[in-house]
Amino acid sequence: MTTPASSLLASDAVLAVRDLRVSFPSEAGLVQAVRGIDFSLRRGETLALVGESGSGKSVTATSVLGLLPEGAQVSGSVRLEGRELLHLSDGEMSKIRGKEMGMVFQDPLSALTPVFSIGTQLVEALQVHQDLNDKAARARALELLDLVGIPDPKRRIDAFPHEFSGGMRQRAVIAMAIANDPKVIIADEPTTALDVTIQAQVLEVLKKAQEVTGAAILMITHDLGVVAGMADRVQVMYAGRPVESGLADDVFYTPHMPYTIGLLSAVPRMDEGGEKKALTPLEGNPPSMVSLPQGCPFAARCPIAVDVCREVEPELKASADGLLSACHRSTEIGDSVPREEMFPTPDVPAHDRSPRESRPAVLKVDGLIKHFPLMKGSVFKRRVGTVRAVDGLDFDIREGETFALVGESGCGKTTTLLQILELPKAQAGSVVVLGKETKSLNGKGRRELRRDMQVVFQDPMASLDSRMPIGDILAEPMKTHGWSKDRIAARVPELLSLVGLLPEHAERYPTEFSGGQRQRIGIARALALDPKLIVLDEPVSALDVSIQAGVINLLDELKVKLGLSYLFVAHDLSVIRHIADRVAVMYLGRIVELGDADSVFGQPSHPYTQALLSAVPLPDPRKERERRRILLTGDLPSPADVPSGCRFRTRCPKIGGLSAADAERCHTEDPAVQALGADHTAACHYAAALEVV
Amino acid sequence: MGRGMGRFLLRRAVNYVILVFIAASFTYFLASSYLEPIVNFLSKHPQPPLSSIHNILRSRNLDPNTPLVQRYWTWITNILFHGNFGQTFDGNSVNSEMGRRIFVSTELLLVATLVSTVSGVAWGAWNALRQYRPSDRISTVVSYLLLATPTPVIAISLETVDQWMGVPVQYTGMYDPGAQGTWSVITSNMQHLILPTITLFLIQATLFSRYQRGTMLDVLGSDFLRTARAKGLTRRQAVLKHGLRTAVIPVMPLLVYNIVLLFTGATFTEKIFGWHGMGEWLVDSITQNDVNAVGAIAVFTAVLVLIAGLLSDLVYAALDPRVRS
Ligand SMILES: Nc1ncnc2c1ncn2[C@@H]1O[C@H](COP(=O)(O)OP(=O)(O)OP(=O)(O)O)[C@@H](O)[C@H]1O
Ligand code: SF4
Ligand code: SF4
Ligand SMILES: [Mg+2]
Repeated sequence: MTTPASSLLASDAVLAVRDLRVSFPSEAGLVQAVRGIDFSLRRGETLALVGESGSGKSVTATSVLGLLPEGAQVSGSVRLEGRELLHLSDGEMSKIRGKEMGMVFQDPLSALTPVFSIGTQLVEALQVHQDLNDKAARARALELLDLVGIPDPKRRIDAFPHEFSGGMRQRAVIAMAIANDPKVIIADEPTTALDVTIQAQVLEVLKKAQEVTGAAILMITHDLGVVAGMADRVQVMYAGRPVESGLADDVFYTPHMPYTIGLLSAVPRMDEGGEKKALTPLEGNPPSMVSLPQGCPFAARCPIAVDVCREVEPELKASADGLLSACHRSTEIGDSVPREEMFPTPDVPAHDRSPRESRPAVLKVDGLIKHFPLMKGSVFKRRVGTVRAVDGLDFDIREGETFALVGESGCGKTTTLLQILELPKAQAGSVVVLGKETKSLNGKGRRELRRDMQVVFQDPMASLDSRMPIGDILAEPMKTHGWSKDRIAARVPELLSLVGLLPEHAERYPTEFSGGQRQRIGIARALALDPKLIVLDEPVSALDVSIQAGVINLLDELKVKLGLSYLFVAHDLSVIRHIADRVAVMYLGRIVELGDADSVFGQPSHPYTQALLSAVPLPDPRKERERRRILLTGDLPSPADVPSGCRFRTRCPKIGGLSAADAERCHTEDPAVQALGADHTAACHYAAALEVV
Repeated sequence: MGRGMGRFLLRRAVNYVILVFIAASFTYFLASSYLEPIVNFLSKHPQPPLSSIHNILRSRNLDPNTPLVQRYWTWITNILFHGNFGQTFDGNSVNSEMGRRIFVSTELLLVATLVSTVSGVAWGAWNALRQYRPSDRISTVVSYLLLATPTPVIAISLETVDQWMGVPVQYTGMYDPGAQGTWSVITSNMQHLILPTITLFLIQATLFSRYQRGTMLDVLGSDFLRTARAKGLTRRQAVLKHGLRTAVIPVMPLLVYNIVLLFTGATFTEKIFGWHGMGEWLVDSITQNDVNAVGAIAVFTAVLVLIAGLLSDLVYAALDPRVRS
């Protein structure tokens, strides 16, 4: 932890990368993916590479392992314990890969060969490098699976990858990475595809693996919270180069490079509630890696750029004690140039709402149930059970309010949204939209309601037809509702300026826009018919933090300006903390805790909420060091097999501390919802507030 | 696999048997309505008396004066209860003719199929590994040329080349009728296999290699291959062990159907090289108005489809754990 950064180039480094450059020929020209990277990794240390997507993180990892595609042009030096690795043949590298260096990839779903069992693949990893007979290798494989926390490894070792959950597969991949006691573990976004609860488990496994093997970890991630919790040192990348490098604390608390400062201030923070502030967006996009502009690549987005910035690219050099920064003005930053307010924070429009009770309900859901038949057999299907995707939901959304649904994947969030959007005729429970019971509506009433309730999806690209100009995309819903041409022509530019785009953008096609802009177009389309309620399913999760901040601000602003209400689903609890007025925590098709955001985040009272919140990493190394996580064991049970009594009991961290009689109640009695405050309820027999953030 | 799989296959088999029955019956009706075996007798010189023609036809269940439904009933009950496919128009047993021809076809196809499967898969995989390199481009051009060339053209070209080289390989019929003694019959038979085998090989191997190249390309960029290499396998080992094993799965049903249906599908090859197998019979029986032979071939083909279906299910289940559970 206390490695002085001056020893960055220390000779005791296990892995030393010097001036690594990688480019790929493409039709548009040479893509300069990595333009000179230097770092050293010492035994047992964790170095994090962070940066926006496309900044060259994964290419760096792949070139260290010698797994670049053919045609890539590499120069510089990669030394493992002094031995040069670049330009080794595939045969020579294969003796190093998996033995000296292990690798953990992002997507555990596709990282394992589907046709071989977990055990076969793990045994293979062992036998490639060690002279072990089958029996010994299998015994060692069992040990490894046990080490990474696979329950009952003897039974699970012969399972195939498709029989494992995402978290379990990632554990298996880690087991392979550490099978031969590597000196370096390279983890490329190892938890990005996982839920926070599973992320916390997997990060814990990685730390344990590091303790056991003494390996150094090169951790690649875009999640600053994960960095704060894992890294000893941090290297920030921008446009293929490191722009800031040093101890985690220095980079987080006293950065000397505007990009780092912008990135850190753009992140919504789960540990900041109360008074509502806008986020600080980092406007613009990284430059194209094919034709880089002259000078500092960040200049176009930098609020303190000066003339020299547009001519000379700054070198990475010491800016403060132990910190290296690539900025012409790095020594002024924190001194004559303050970090606070370097990036302008827009004002939030004042929102004077009447008290909640006096506002009308826009959406009221009572006892909503959606069960799917569970089928078996590929040709002759038969019903073998019931998937309780949504199993009795009650909540309401009042005018001008943002209501968020949170929970692990598979808990029923999407099904809930779909049920509400479909306005089904036959359903268990009732859905009342703007005072109208949806079950009793006729076709016309339904169409009118659909107009008042719009949706914005996660993937901005997939939901826009790429062959239509933006103007037509926006006009589409108005046409379907029979608006006149003139009315549409007047509305389109209005919508574009509403979401912060220019009226002349109507002529352009979706591909000409960045991810953030496309999401703005998606929002504009949802606004076209002047809806009252907007349903947002993961609206910002495909966006980089810097872009995400702008979209979140826009949503907040539109809510006030247009008097909208939102039903918001996102897996990122920090985003929800920032945007939501009220929050419902879902577990296996039920709401287990519900209330205003300050109560739920400030005094979480259901053990599941507590575990969920404590799993969220904060972008703050000091806080991360002091925090104690409540780790949940195992995965979400199948909604086809809901436990008796309290449905959370199989993973509840609290139940172990209860007396036998009290615990018995959890096994037999389904806990009823109980009020804990003015606007705060939880469904646990032993609900009690606990501060976890 | 377990019991679930067994039950699944049994159900499939029952379905297939019903399909075989329907397909064969349909073909029989069609053949009996359009083929006229009586013409074969009317065109004889000297023409036999009409009454004796009808007598002969009746004894072979081919008489147009017997109602079609009744002929069908005789035909189907003979097959179902006696395993007897009737007589050819000239009075031979369909069963023994079919037995002989199945043997001939099997001999002809066995080597060709084995060699083309293995080399087609290997060739396709190798091409995929060398995508866009000259060797892959040349392979692609050659493949399309071969696939676009009709079988007779390939077969006759081979014969022409052989003749031009002074006939080092004999090719008409199964063996030289002048051969004396078991040993020389066998060697002659082997020699006569060469050209038809090459013909079948060129067509099948090319087809299989195209399938295999396609599925292999999908697999080459996959994450699991990268994982396999990150474990310490060389690119070659990773591709051979993890890539090929996965990429061969979707090709299997195509392979199985192609191979099995070739039994009645190698018509041109059999005709041109004078092998009296099932493919040749299919054409000959139609031109000879041989209703019972056509019916037998229909049953045989339908059974082949059944076998191909079950076999490809089995192979798929054996190779892919995802369909087993
Ligand atoms: N059509 C369907 N048939 C059967 N089961 C389904 C169907 N749709 C959803 N489910 C199941 O219902 C449960 C809830 O699914 P849902 O998609 O709502 O989860 P989620 O919380 O939104 O997950 P994520 O965060 O991954 O989007 C899951 O177990 C899912 O497999
Ligand atoms: S060099 Fe100039 S443009 Fe680049 S970050 Fe520093 S001040 Fe901004
Ligand atoms: S009711 Fe019991 S099992 Fe359920 S959350 Fe509360 S303490 Fe845990
Ligand atoms: Mg979902």
